[in-house]
Amino acid sequence: MTAFGKLIRTTAFRLTLAYLFLFALFAAFLLGFFAWNTRRMVTEQITETVNAETTELDDEFARGGLRGLVYAIENRALRPGANLYLVTSTTGQAIAGNVGSLAPGVMGQLGWNETVYRRLDEQASNDHRALVKVSDVPGGLRLLVGRDLEERRRLFMIVASAAQFSVLVVIVLGLAGGVFVARRVLRRIDAMTGTAQRIMAGNLSERLPVGRSGDEIDRLADNLNAMLERIEALMSGLKEVSDNIAHDLKTPLTRLRNRSEEALASAKNESEYRAALERTIEESDGLIRTFNALLMIARAESGQARDNMTNFDAADVAAGIQDLYEPLAEDKGLILRATAAETPVHGNRELISQALANLVENAIKYGPPNMAAKGPTAGPDISIEARRDGERILLSVADRGPGIPEADRQRAIERFVRLEASRTQPGSGLGLSLASAVATLHGGELHLDDNKPGLKVTISIPVAPLAAGTASRSRETGLVNEAPAVEHRMA
Amino acid sequence: MRLLIIEDDRESADYLMKAFREAGHVADHAADGEEGLALADSGDYNVLVVDRMLPKRDGLSLIGELREKGDQTPVLILSALGQVDDRIRGLRAGGDDYLPKPYSFAELLARVEVLSRRTGGPAEETTYRVGDLELDRLSHRVVRGQDELTLQPREFRLLEYLMKHAGQVVTRTMLLENVWDYHFDPQTNVIDVHISRLRSKIDKGQEKPLLHTIRGAGYMIRDGVR
Repeated sequence: MTAFGKLIRTTAFRLTLAYLFLFALFAAFLLGFFAWNTRRMVTEQITETVNAETTELDDEFARGGLRGLVYAIENRALRPGANLYLVTSTTGQAIAGNVGSLAPGVMGQLGWNETVYRRLDEQASNDHRALVKVSDVPGGLRLLVGRDLEERRRLFMIVASAAQFSVLVVIVLGLAGGVFVARRVLRRIDAMTGTAQRIMAGNLSERLPVGRSGDEIDRLADNLNAMLERIEALMSGLKEVSDNIAHDLKTPLTRLRNRSEEALASAKNESEYRAALERTIEESDGLIRTFNALLMIARAESGQARDNMTNFDAADVAAGIQDLYEPLAEDKGLILRATAAETPVHGNRELISQALANLVENAIKYGPPNMAAKGPTAGPDISIEARRDGERILLSVADRGPGIPEADRQRAIERFVRLEASRTQPGSGLGLSLASAVATLHGGELHLDDNKPGLKVTISIPVAPLAAGTASRSRETGLVNEAPAVEHRMA
Repeated sequence: MRLLIIEDDRESADYLMKAFREAGHVADHAADGEEGLALADSGDYNVLVVDRMLPKRDGLSLIGELREKGDQTPVLILSALGQVDDRIRGLRAGGDDYLPKPYSFAELLARVEVLSRRTGGPAEETTYRVGDLELDRLSHRVVRGQDELTLQPREFRLLEYLMKHAGQVVTRTMLLENVWDYHFDPQTNVIDVHISRLRSKIDKGQEKPLLHTIRGAGYMIRDGVR
């Protein structure tokens, strides 16, 4: 498309053309109306003058007869810019006046008429037009009084040329304005299009140019920029996640590959091959676990796991997880204990169990025994707690390990984040993010608190809707608060 | 044992056929849902291994069709969809066990063997006996030789499951699923710790150990050496 073609296709230019047409029409109408009114006014003025003179001349005739009339006419005809006067006899013979010639038949017609004439003192053949009134004078005479129309014509000509000129000016200015506006808009749109193309080509950090006028295009650009900002944030989040996935999946994949390669290159006998293959399988199992955890988080986050929600007591889950992990904890010299009160929840039992299991595994992994504090009266190293706080169910796992500094707590929930201190520990680093996703799925959230010392992770979710009613009753009787906590402790 | 493997991926199917044959079983193969249904109808199989996503007729509808006809052959579903909900859906459709891909063959074999034993196997007995180890399910008493053993409730359940499948390999995930009713993958060796506790109670000081670790697969309780 040529530049001109682009220009005349712009909305601004088309709008300008439409307005131009309307304005020209309006100007023409206005001037036409003005011209017509001027003409009418001039004609009225002439009519009045002519009527007045006719009356005066009639009076002169009544007073001084034909002589008086002729005298008055001769007198008036001598004045500069005089009107036209003519008195004729019954035979049409001119008796007095300043009119040399007239269009034929004018004197035969009484009343108003427009005619071509020539003055007596004029030689040239240029005719003028005049508005004349012919009236009867007693004694068979006819009196013509008229006024030249040159003035009226000139006025009309002035108006007409003004009209032409102004329409021309409107058209020229309008076109120029249209081109100017269209080019301005076009330039800005072109700039935006260019930016958009660069963004599409992959440079997400580009922003649309925003002018200072705050007009609709600027507002649009502003909004589009805000949208780009959001998209860029999402993209970088996505990139971060995929970078993390790449890291945490590629690292074991690299190890896996290296080991296989090494085995191929240097294994000497069957048992060495066997050992290498076994390690390979172990490594791929770890990969599968990481992958499953990721899928699980994705499902929990997208709300797909809402199908299998049932009502159950979270205390059972806490007791079950304690039962499963207690021997493992003890092997590491840790005491794992569960304290659980009646805690009705509506949710996915499997997912909540898994979240809790992850938290306990983390606690066992990262919360080494606090040997110094251990005495005969020492509490558990890791405690699982299920309790009810009003309309919330709190499931927490607390350890006495190094904890997480407050500044790092939010980051710790993010996927794959293993705080530097724990980089060397095995694991996918997805435990806290899974627990967080599960909490979100159940309409709750995950809190990390200082256990002084240690870390306390709490999954806070709403109490089961059906149990919410019975809760108030049991609170009245103090059942919830006073019921002794069931302790599961295995020596 | 006669097996029917309904799996559309040629390579997986070949691998499974070969592996099952090496384990001493007879395996047939069907490449799509319709063929699988026809074969299952005509043949006499102990266990069907069914991929969930199949051409022509998907795995779940195939199982539904079989169950509708009154065919109670145990079915193990193999699926790339490994989430809890998918498993529940698979079991609801009439499957007897569900194994997400990727799986280890040892796991699959152990599960298939347990499934095949279920049909026509002894009904729920009240007493399990392996060598000189005896477990009474009603009185919750466990005796090894002359000694009565004191077991924690979960140790009892663990031993009960192992003895119910005496002579068969039982994998860690099978234990987690059947003894604890969890279907997730723990990142740690929790089950091994439980097993070693149980082992220290039943095998410690005994001349002949009964609880064996099967490398790369799981555990087995049996009388005598491998």
